[in-house]
Amino acid sequence: MIERTVPGRVRIRYTKIGRIRYTSQRDIARAFERTLRRAQLPIAYSEGFSPHPLLAFSLALPTGCESLAEYADLRFSAASEVPGGWQVVEEPSEADLQGIVAEFSRLMPEGVDMVSACILDGSEGSLQEEVTSCDWIVEVTGMATAQLEERVENLLSADEVPIQRERKGRMVSDDLRPGVLSLELVGPGASPGALRLHTELATKPRGVRPSELLRGLDSNLALARASRQAQWITRDGQRLEPLTADGELLGQATAPVGGR
Amino acid sequence: MDSLFSQIEPLLFNVERPARYVGGEGGSRSPIHRDGVTAWLLTYPDTYEIGLPNQGLQILYELLNDREDSLAERTYAPWVDMEAAMRANGIPLFSVENHLAASAFDVIAFNLSAELTYTNVLNLLDLGGIPLHTADRGPDDLVVVAGGHCTYNPEPLADFLDAAILGDGEEVISELTVVIGGWRALPTAERTRRELHRRLAGIEGVYVPALYQPSFEGPLQVGLEILDPAAPELVEKRTVADLGEWDYPRTPLVPLTEVVHDRLNVEVFRGCTRGCRFCQAGMITRPVRERPAAQVVEMVRRGLEHSGYDEVALTSLSTADFSDIEGVVGAVVDEAANGRRVSVSLPSLRVDAFTVATAATIQQVKRTGLTFAPEGGTWRMRRVINKLISDDDLFAAVDAAFSQGWRRVKLYFLIGLPTETDDDVLGIARLGARCVEIGRQYHQAASVTASVGGFVPKPQTPFQWHAQDSLEELTRKVAMLRLAAKATRGLSIKWHEPAATAAEGIVSRGDRRLGAVLERVWRAGGTFQEWSERFDLSRFRNALEAEGLEEHWYTTRMRDPEERLPWDHLSAGLHKDFLVGEYHDALAEVGLEDCRWTPCYDCGACTTFGLEHQVASSQPPAGGSQGTGQGLELGVRVPVGLGSRPA
Repeated sequence: MIERTVPGRVRIRYTKIGRIRYTSQRDIARAFERTLRRAQLPIAYSEGFSPHPLLAFSLALPTGCESLAEYADLRFSAASEVPGGWQVVEEPSEADLQGIVAEFSRLMPEGVDMVSACILDGSEGSLQEEVTSCDWIVEVTGMATAQLEERVENLLSADEVPIQRERKGRMVSDDLRPGVLSLELVGPGASPGALRLHTELATKPRGVRPSELLRGLDSNLALARASRQAQWITRDGQRLEPLTADGELLGQATAPVGGR
Repeated sequence: MDSLFSQIEPLLFNVERPARYVGGEGGSRSPIHRDGVTAWLLTYPDTYEIGLPNQGLQILYELLNDREDSLAERTYAPWVDMEAAMRANGIPLFSVENHLAASAFDVIAFNLSAELTYTNVLNLLDLGGIPLHTADRGPDDLVVVAGGHCTYNPEPLADFLDAAILGDGEEVISELTVVIGGWRALPTAERTRRELHRRLAGIEGVYVPALYQPSFEGPLQVGLEILDPAAPELVEKRTVADLGEWDYPRTPLVPLTEVVHDRLNVEVFRGCTRGCRFCQAGMITRPVRERPAAQVVEMVRRGLEHSGYDEVALTSLSTADFSDIEGVVGAVVDEAANGRRVSVSLPSLRVDAFTVATAATIQQVKRTGLTFAPEGGTWRMRRVINKLISDDDLFAAVDAAFSQGWRRVKLYFLIGLPTETDDDVLGIARLGARCVEIGRQYHQAASVTASVGGFVPKPQTPFQWHAQDSLEELTRKVAMLRLAAKATRGLSIKWHEPAATAAEGIVSRGDRRLGAVLERVWRAGGTFQEWSERFDLSRFRNALEAEGLEEHWYTTRMRDPEERLPWDHLSAGLHKDFLVGEYHDALAEVGLEDCRWTPCYDCGACTTFGLEHQVASSQPPAGGSQGTGQGLELGVRVPVGLGSRPA
């Protein structure tokens, strides 16, 4: 058995593109768990009556949406006895990370591709708490350019944009406006008749979904495509990615995203 | 033929659970269609979540894709939202792998596991652009076949099926491929439906309804004319003699989205000799063929490695009856799991303390609930149905479960069984109350759920002649039971909708005239009838009336054992005098032993096909068969005071 080593804490960045995007966040979590077991990686488990693997994701991606920037934090433990030949090491090397990335890429379903990974020291906050906004490409049908342009302007200039949304099984009225940090009509979309919007949507205090943005624009719009381009953590007025495509923890985006 | 995916994709944002339609499962194949390769579309006529885990379909999927002269893709019934979108956009039924239209295939093969899915079969044929009636199909239309337990009376679907296949599919699938491939290669003028039917009828285990014509006098079927010399008088099922030669599925499908039974399933044996008289599966799948223990362990090891699952179910009709089950379970935990956290489940627990002990050794982690199936509320009732579990067996099992950490116990019962009295029904509440009492000794919050289904007499069983309870009677019994159970805190009753039981009964023992009824139900919008939110008995009743048929004739009527039954020309190997004898014994409350451990009483299953029971070990399961101690030493009398069969 080849001796392979793995750090105690790892953040990975991955994509969700193609047919796999029709699965839910829960489905992706289950795919991760199956992959961890197939790779026989020594994932750490929680304590208690029904232990679960210590695997934390960033804000859930709505079913049907694709993403170039998904994140998961994983914890490995020497106490997790698996016969996979992996050793948890205190001072891991770049090669250890690459081993994990390669193993995940090999075993995860098509469309979930590992982009980069980095070592965590445990001082980082959780992805769910830290991420404050996301950049999206949203493509819509059902409206001509000039009309949609007007709807975008209306939304941006409004003080309040009430929309109905479901919360705990009940419909409640919510103000969408503070959650829309930027919005721009950039041109035609990929499919016939579709128009492309670039937008930055807040995740705090509640995440705004692309479908909710559409409801705030015009109820006649239909969603043709939604693609998460980036997730942002705000530090000292700067927007940083939880992990860049190049593998830098809390780094500046290496390529312009979301039309900025 | 091109992939329809670019047309399907725009629909997926607006339907529930779009992952149902995209394929991509671990273990799935993307076969290349070529001339001379017979293309099968394997179809489960219910939703993706229900159909995907079906083991029969997965086995055939691998076998067909491993052959040079065949390939297989899969499809499932699109949910009503997707179906509406497909019809609005002119998209036909498609396969989930390559997203090819049904018309790209040579054969569509349905798995028939439940009568209430029959209207979905019609809907899927229609959605696939396949002429509904066999009589309307031409040389270029797909061959429509069906397999599964319901094919032991396929008469209600006779108008729509080119062939129904009886029994195990592993071997016959090859013969079907060769015959269908040969027919497809004929010049168009010779490629008639009759020629197809004649060729299919020559395969053992294959029933071709179009070659038989039933005749009726009033409501009664009095005859069956054979229209072609190629058709046999009696079609006998296929039986795989040695399960050890068929270690499939080797790469079980691992879905991207959640499905029922979402775990590794390994079939440990086929068949059952416990002889529960209500159980069609137990009657038609005889004899018992156990998989060699070492192969079970190997299939678990391989399956876990391939899938990454952390749960494995050892499946069969009664896994606790597997010879030396403790040894196998121990080996699975020790060897196959290889240090991984794996929970092993036995989906059909036998009712005794031995079984609970086995369950306890393998469910170290999650002890949430255990399920037992006493089926009858009183010992009298259980003698009638030959489910030979004493009250004490049940109490010992429940005591063992609660004392070893389980908090919830679920009990399965049937109501509407032959000879059932109100006292038998109320016995369910009494048993439930006693089980709660036992549980309270260990946990304040101990709870017991009694799940109650309505009994539907099934073809090829000892009860095939018996009347089903009416809708009103079943409804009354459910209400009575609920009232009786109210007195016990911690006991809850769940029940199956009696109206659905009534509809299932109409179809279960139906004759060929039910085809027109099913067509009317389907045309009235009656798809997904096994889904309570979609089910409507009035559609069935209206359709029966429109066809001049009476519900009573099919359900609540006592049949004479001399009466000709619509499925008399189809055989699961069981002698009719065995079934009649069992029926009489049932009415006399006389039980029958498990024949694996006692001398053969010649039901016909072995002798008809020259087979024998195959056991993985000479060691009977702990506690003996049926938890009665029987079989602990071969030849020992069963200590539960059974009567003997009349000579």
